[in-house]
Amino acid sequence: MDIFVQQLINGLVLGAIYALVALGYTMVYGILGLINFAHGEVVMIGAMVALSVIQVLVASGIALPGPVIAALGLLAAMPVCMVLGFAIERVAYRPLRNAPRLAALITAIGVSILLQNVAMIIWGRQYHSFPALLPSTPHQLAGATINDLQIFIVLLAIAIMAGLLYLVHRTRLGRAMRATSENPEIAGLMGVDINTVISITFVIGSALAAVAGVMISAYYGIAHYFMGFMLGLKAFTAAVLGGIGNLAGAMLGGVLLGVIESLGAGYIGALTGGFLGSHYQDVFAFLVLILVLTLRPSGLLGERVAERS
Amino acid sequence: MMQAADAPLLEATGISKRFGGLTALSEVSVTVKRGEIFGLIGPNGAGKTTLFNVLTGLYRPDGGEFVFGGVRMTGMKPHRVAECGIARTFQNIRLFANMTALENVMVGRHVRTRAGVIGAILRDGATRNEEAAIASRARELLEYVGIAGRAAELAHALPYGDQRRLEIARALATGPGLLALDEPAAGMNATETAELRRLLERVRGDGVTLLLIEHDVKLVMGLCDRVAVLDYGKKIAEGAPVEVKRDPAVIEAYLGGTVA
Amino acid sequence: MSLFFDRWQQLKRDPRVVWAAYIALAALLVALPFVTDWAFGRAWVRILAFALLYIMLALGLNIVVGYAGLLDLGYVAFFAVGAYFYALLASPQFGIHLPFWLLLPLGAAIACTFGVLLGAPTLRLRGDYLAIVTLGFGEIIRIFLVNLNAPINITNGPQGINLIDPIKLGGFSLAQTHPALGLSFPAVYNYYYLFLALTLAVIFFSIRLEDSRIGRAWVAIREDEVAAAAMGINTRNVKLLAFAMGASFGGVSGGLFAGFQGFVSPESFTIIESIMILCMVVLGGMGHIPGVVLGTVLLVVLPEALRYLGPLQQALFGRVLADPADLRLLVFGLALILVMLLRPSGLWPSTVRRRELSADEDVARQEQATVYDASR
Repeated sequence: MDIFVQQLINGLVLGAIYALVALGYTMVYGILGLINFAHGEVVMIGAMVALSVIQVLVASGIALPGPVIAALGLLAAMPVCMVLGFAIERVAYRPLRNAPRLAALITAIGVSILLQNVAMIIWGRQYHSFPALLPSTPHQLAGATINDLQIFIVLLAIAIMAGLLYLVHRTRLGRAMRATSENPEIAGLMGVDINTVISITFVIGSALAAVAGVMISAYYGIAHYFMGFMLGLKAFTAAVLGGIGNLAGAMLGGVLLGVIESLGAGYIGALTGGFLGSHYQDVFAFLVLILVLTLRPSGLLGERVAERS
Repeated sequence: MMQAADAPLLEATGISKRFGGLTALSEVSVTVKRGEIFGLIGPNGAGKTTLFNVLTGLYRPDGGEFVFGGVRMTGMKPHRVAECGIARTFQNIRLFANMTALENVMVGRHVRTRAGVIGAILRDGATRNEEAAIASRARELLEYVGIAGRAAELAHALPYGDQRRLEIARALATGPGLLALDEPAAGMNATETAELRRLLERVRGDGVTLLLIEHDVKLVMGLCDRVAVLDYGKKIAEGAPVEVKRDPAVIEAYLGGTVA
Repeated sequence: MSLFFDRWQQLKRDPRVVWAAYIALAALLVALPFVTDWAFGRAWVRILAFALLYIMLALGLNIVVGYAGLLDLGYVAFFAVGAYFYALLASPQFGIHLPFWLLLPLGAAIACTFGVLLGAPTLRLRGDYLAIVTLGFGEIIRIFLVNLNAPINITNGPQGINLIDPIKLGGFSLAQTHPALGLSFPAVYNYYYLFLALTLAVIFFSIRLEDSRIGRAWVAIREDEVAAAAMGINTRNVKLLAFAMGASFGGVSGGLFAGFQGFVSPESFTIIESIMILCMVVLGGMGHIPGVVLGTVLLVVLPEALRYLGPLQQALFGRVLADPADLRLLVFGLALILVMLLRPSGLWPSTVRRRELSADEDVARQEQATVYDASR
């Protein structure tokens, strides 16, 4: 039982991180219908920038409490990511808004490769250890342990989600975003400045990416120029699982994916009589995705797209 | 074709369709006779296109039956419906935009031809003959609808009226017994509409039964043998155009409506 | 400009010119390994052989993405299936050594079966949902390849399978140097010629398929699935057919890859490989065979050519400023972005799509061309 609870907790934390990244994918997809393939790299850049700032702060010998240093790192990473997200949209996607859809996907892949390699040149190929700055006092919970950092990550994800939902459903900007995603042309005619709305969407998504990057590096204690790629794929999978374009769906998909992966890793051996080891956790995640999409082709919370004719 | 001229070709009984809480069609029954031009009219949102989509297999009805040429077709997939002889056009033109006009019509022959992958690669005698037959039939049909000169143009580059004609040619290529047209005259000027009317009469003359949704009352009244009127998903009248025009329920439905 | 264009069009229709062009091209392709070897070294002949392998792969994916419009991000799975199938049945792994002529069609058939199996549950999905599911399938296959070394060792895990039999045609081993016509043909030349022959076959199949009832049905589905179904196309079967065809091309190139390399490991079949193949298809011009070939050659050759960035820096600045291995992919990413920004439909899109730009002046010419086509 305690293994179950433990894996559930681990899955929840992992899922919260997936969800933060998935939000970025889903917001962009909701508005532009574009898979922003480079989003995972923005997460990575966020982690790397924060890491560099933190390293400088730690080396400078100024006596600051750990969380403050981490917060300063994040504060430095966020604007960098926001500018990056803004620039990516401006340079690589905007000119292709009316081009064949796959063209933008290829530039997105190009941006992703470019960012990975820029990061590799700046930070090298090696794994960097991310200092343990945040408190990780363990607590007992139903026979399992959960530490402060894990609690913090989950709470932060919930807070961000709530903030985003408020933004999208209760503010002028949110209304403009929803209108743009519904029909950009008409939104434009109605006086929505769609270019600005799209830029803001990228900027917000990128800020979230920075948060996610710092969180995941702090959680695993590691940062690497290639970390964004698989994370991005997983997060995109989560967004699709929940119903891409849907904010709550991204959150649900992220958490589900995290939990499934953790439980899968913990139980797959027992389930298959030891035939499949925990290496198969990714298989598990993808199988669930395929199953869900076969039953609900638009994801869990996605709109059912009726055939229009 | 051996049957009497007024034998029913299409019989839909009690067709219902709901989307969530919205009832788009409730117990609609229509009978289309072989060789006639049957009009489906009604205000916007009355459920005309929904009925079309049910009849052509795009939607599964929640209730009711429909029989075409003696075959029960309820719940059939769209490609099977086409195979059985119902072809359609779309309200907002759905051509294969990046294919030429000729290729669009050639796609329509798909359902009546058979060549597969092996045939395509070997290009044996049978396949070559079939391809030639597809191309020549497609050319004939472009000629028939009057856009033979545009055969090599991309569908999306055609002028609007020609796109409508191309859609009709493509539908005719499937060799239908019933041609269902969703607002074929929408967006056409008077001259184009008149030409369209001649075309449709010629199609009927060649033995194809026509079912059309149309907003252009003049066209409907002039062209159709019989019409049915839908309002809020229900059939409120059916009969010859002159009778229907006088029907108080119809006048009521159209008051303040789009056509009046 | 237009004068030149007209002249070019005239020339293009002269059968003598066409034949001369074909003969020149054939001579070039036959002489290419010798010329390349002489000018750039043996390693580049190997790169040429790889380019041919990738052309087969890209043309397979082109059927799925370019014709049928199904975004497949897990295409490398079929390449992997073909490669491992060959590797398992022609290596010391199980002590089985089946002949090449049997393995090639069987590999195509197995990959084709996988194509249908993976395609079937995904066909209801649209666009990006399909993309992510195919991506998932690709990863699942790779994960199995990595982990199927226990409890029973099938794939030999991450180490992969070694000592795969080289390709033999009858008694003729491609892995040996053969003298002929006073020239010597080393292994990599032999593979080049085999791959060239099969690539030409794949191109031929693609051309035939494109201009057929099935090819039109694929494109119709890509353009408008609902309309295609309403015209009587069984979209499910026709899409499955696209998956199956694309997969079998992938399976064939996988088998060739295994025989050529002599070893396979899961590392060669990552998602990045799928993405690369997709880039080859889109960069050149989706759905247009010459475009796909061009895109593939560029994407295979470019990263290799970029290895010279080191010497180039040396020559320009007198020292190496940045590690060329690092710069290589950076420039590659940049090139992807720039090409797509400048030519969103690809470097060499099909004439049909180019015609959008110059619809009017071309109509008459095209009409003539199509009349001619139909009378064949």
